[in-house]
Amino acid sequence: MNVLLKQNPLTRLSFSGQGAGIVLSIIGMLVFLVLPVWSLLSRSVENKDGEFIGLANFAYYFQTPALLESAWNSLIIAAACTLLVTSSAFLYAYALNRTSMPGKSVFRLLAQLPMLAPSMMPAIGLIYLFGNQGVIKEWFPADSVYGAGGIIVGLSLWCFPHALIIINTALSLSDKRLHEAARVMGTPAWRRFLTVTLPAARYGLISAALVVFTLVLADFGVPKVIGGQFDVLATDIYKRVVGQQNFQMGAVVGVLLLLPSLLAFGLDRFFQRKQQESFSTSAVPYKPEANTTKDTLALIYCSVVAIGLMTVIGMAIYASFVTFWPYNLSFTLANYDFDMMDGGGWDAWFNSIEMAFLTALIGSLCIFLVAWLNEKTKGLKQSRNLLHLLAFMPLAVPGLVLGLGYIFFFNHPDNPLHWIYGTMTILVLSTIAHYFTVPYLTATTALKQIPNEFSAVADSLKVSQAQLFRRVTLPLSLPALLDISVYLFLAAITTVSAVVFLYSTDTTLAAVAILNMDEAGDTSPAAAMATVVFVSATVVRLIHSGLTASLRKHSQAWQLK
Amino acid sequence: MGYKTVLKGLLPLAATVLSTGAFAGKTELTVYTAFEADQLKEYEKSFESAHPDIDIRWVRDSTGIVTAKLLAEKNNPKADVVWGLAATSLMLLKQEGMLQPYKPQGVEKLRKSFVDNAATPSWVGAEAWVASICYNTVEGEKNNVPAPASWKDLTKPVYKGHVIMPNPNSSGTGFLDVSSWIQMFGEENAWAYMDGLHQNISRYTHSGSKPCKLAASGETTIGISFAYRGAKSKKKGAPLEIITPTEGLGWDLEATAIIKGTDKLEAAQKLMDWSITREANTMYNKYYAVVGIPSVEKQVPFYPENIGKKMIDNNFEWAASNRQAILAEWQNRYDGKSDPK
Repeated sequence: MNVLLKQNPLTRLSFSGQGAGIVLSIIGMLVFLVLPVWSLLSRSVENKDGEFIGLANFAYYFQTPALLESAWNSLIIAAACTLLVTSSAFLYAYALNRTSMPGKSVFRLLAQLPMLAPSMMPAIGLIYLFGNQGVIKEWFPADSVYGAGGIIVGLSLWCFPHALIIINTALSLSDKRLHEAARVMGTPAWRRFLTVTLPAARYGLISAALVVFTLVLADFGVPKVIGGQFDVLATDIYKRVVGQQNFQMGAVVGVLLLLPSLLAFGLDRFFQRKQQESFSTSAVPYKPEANTTKDTLALIYCSVVAIGLMTVIGMAIYASFVTFWPYNLSFTLANYDFDMMDGGGWDAWFNSIEMAFLTALIGSLCIFLVAWLNEKTKGLKQSRNLLHLLAFMPLAVPGLVLGLGYIFFFNHPDNPLHWIYGTMTILVLSTIAHYFTVPYLTATTALKQIPNEFSAVADSLKVSQAQLFRRVTLPLSLPALLDISVYLFLAAITTVSAVVFLYSTDTTLAAVAILNMDEAGDTSPAAAMATVVFVSATVVRLIHSGLTASLRKHSQAWQLK
Repeated sequence: MGYKTVLKGLLPLAATVLSTGAFAGKTELTVYTAFEADQLKEYEKSFESAHPDIDIRWVRDSTGIVTAKLLAEKNNPKADVVWGLAATSLMLLKQEGMLQPYKPQGVEKLRKSFVDNAATPSWVGAEAWVASICYNTVEGEKNNVPAPASWKDLTKPVYKGHVIMPNPNSSGTGFLDVSSWIQMFGEENAWAYMDGLHQNISRYTHSGSKPCKLAASGETTIGISFAYRGAKSKKKGAPLEIITPTEGLGWDLEATAIIKGTDKLEAAQKLMDWSITREANTMYNKYYAVVGIPSVEKQVPFYPENIGKKMIDNNFEWAASNRQAILAEWQNRYDGKSDPK
């Protein structure tokens, strides 16, 4: 053993470097994820003076009818949205994958719109459409848009692209041979749908449903803007913490919010594992054939959905340019004069851009490095398994819970990292931690596509792992890195959930400003700020598409067939 | 490839993240406030031109939030000065021993009711903000909802679902409404009144200006708010009538105080001195009819006339010492219908 190591000092060096990297990554995950959540859990069983009081806080919570009601409301909303979004996204994805309707790429693009906006934006759009002064007020199916109805529609719109991406992937992976076999055997279309299409997509559907369920539970932008008197857990936690500075009760609601998310997360992992087993490497991709009736129906359905999404977002944009809704509809830019309003003025937007940029930059590098260490390190199996598990944890922790945990953990005077409290740094770090998992999976997938033979060749050529990383792995993974960075950028510029507890006067953010302006009754300026965020996100998204396209053309040519 | 250049580009950025901000030679005062956001820029500019060596760093929120924040930070105060917070809130902070008494220059020119009555006052008032009802005439006609003349009118069935008021737990305006009703109607009758009112309220908002802004844009017909917000919206062209109910109007002072333990006492005192100068009072009078120095008062455009006569004989001491009990009772009775926060 000793002799071996001496023979190849480079391998030894890089090996211990990677080992240290893995340990560091684990420590990082502990500090920025596990310990804050732990602080929240422990605070929920303490009284105001920090003494342990068991489950007394929870007992109080469950004895207060108004509080209990919001837990119930949350579940109803989450269930309704999950049903609505999963089924509508399935139909949309079905149209994209299983029909030959025209304009697929346009529909694919339009479905992404809500991802470029903070969740408050569709809610604001709905107010201008269906509010008491809404342009098509009468069309709203419920009595009033303020309340459960408005929340369900707003959140469904906002979650739609998230569900669509997952279901779309599931449908596009379906095996053509099964459909062929069924057809040859004379199975009617409706039975093929039930026995081939649905089962193949079922894990995607389950996964999408669970993602939507978690997103809906944790979002508070929509219920805050359009919920009226309808309280949910997410607004409740905010009310306790910001409104009453009652951190113990905030922690209690946080735990209640964490539990269903953990459950959904556990279920998702369970089904994911099953799905991997059912995959076949020799599957042939499905190619739809023309069918006039089917294609027309698909086209109509997708148009209705896409127009709906565009109308809601577009309405918020239009309202931001109106002088005095609804009495003076002339055009103005006055709503963009943010310095005269709550929310932190234009500085908030600059802060948001800075925050999103830093999150994208630092986050991409860190996450990619962690994925690389985990994927390409040999040995240290247990540590790597632990790291892998930790990397999945952020999916199960709602942003509000993470943010509150950060207050408890980092605002403690004995914490050596206390100084990051109230700075841009804590906003960046919390956002990276909150959105860790999806980029991590993207990076891991990209790394898996790089043959391990490279590593063997590098070893035999006495090229260090670090050099291999720089010269081969990183350049090959550039498209994935771009995907990761744009994902992080968009997430950072639109998020409110964790950062709403963590921003300070010097680090106000645009998305938080939308909330504050709406809260002060300045709905049109809130719409204006949402428009600014939306436009920024769109520009970044377009730059990303351009970059990716040119990158594929130049450096990845060898990978294309 | 060019990863080294990328790395070099990264370093200064990382430095920006890590550094806590540029060093400035000025004294930076952290000022907590519930002044309206559209007033802050002007107030800050006027003060800083008189005292160029001091830099104001605002932390703004609704009255209840600022109060809760100050109380939560009691053992580790972050604010140096409070400029523009309800006098009832400041009295509460005084009772908690959180204020630094100081007798600002020129305090004798102020109305008696605008100064804390201790020998060395703990707070001094800037201006009075007064409860009012914002009534949207267009929506009123459309919905067949007549203009109310009194507070009691609002409990009539015709107003059901057409009234929005601020949550007193977060909003200072909401609290002055509730405390004035209790003072005017008596404890029992006031709660009975609010029970009736609650039936007609479509929702309680977080901030005191929002009901009036919602009335201005026709989202509701009636918003219980304060006069300044109504005047401001009217100026913008909103079809509003600002109604001052016959029973009388609740009001509170927005006042200034120094937080005990500040290490910028000298600058804090300068701000307190300046906050009651003639210049400052003239500035407040652009927005509020009743200010600390009566001789500067001029009619505010679109503001209801003679509003001073309808202001009730407000017992601040009573309101301050009962504030928490009133808010707890209110929350117990009505909180299910509140805006989040």
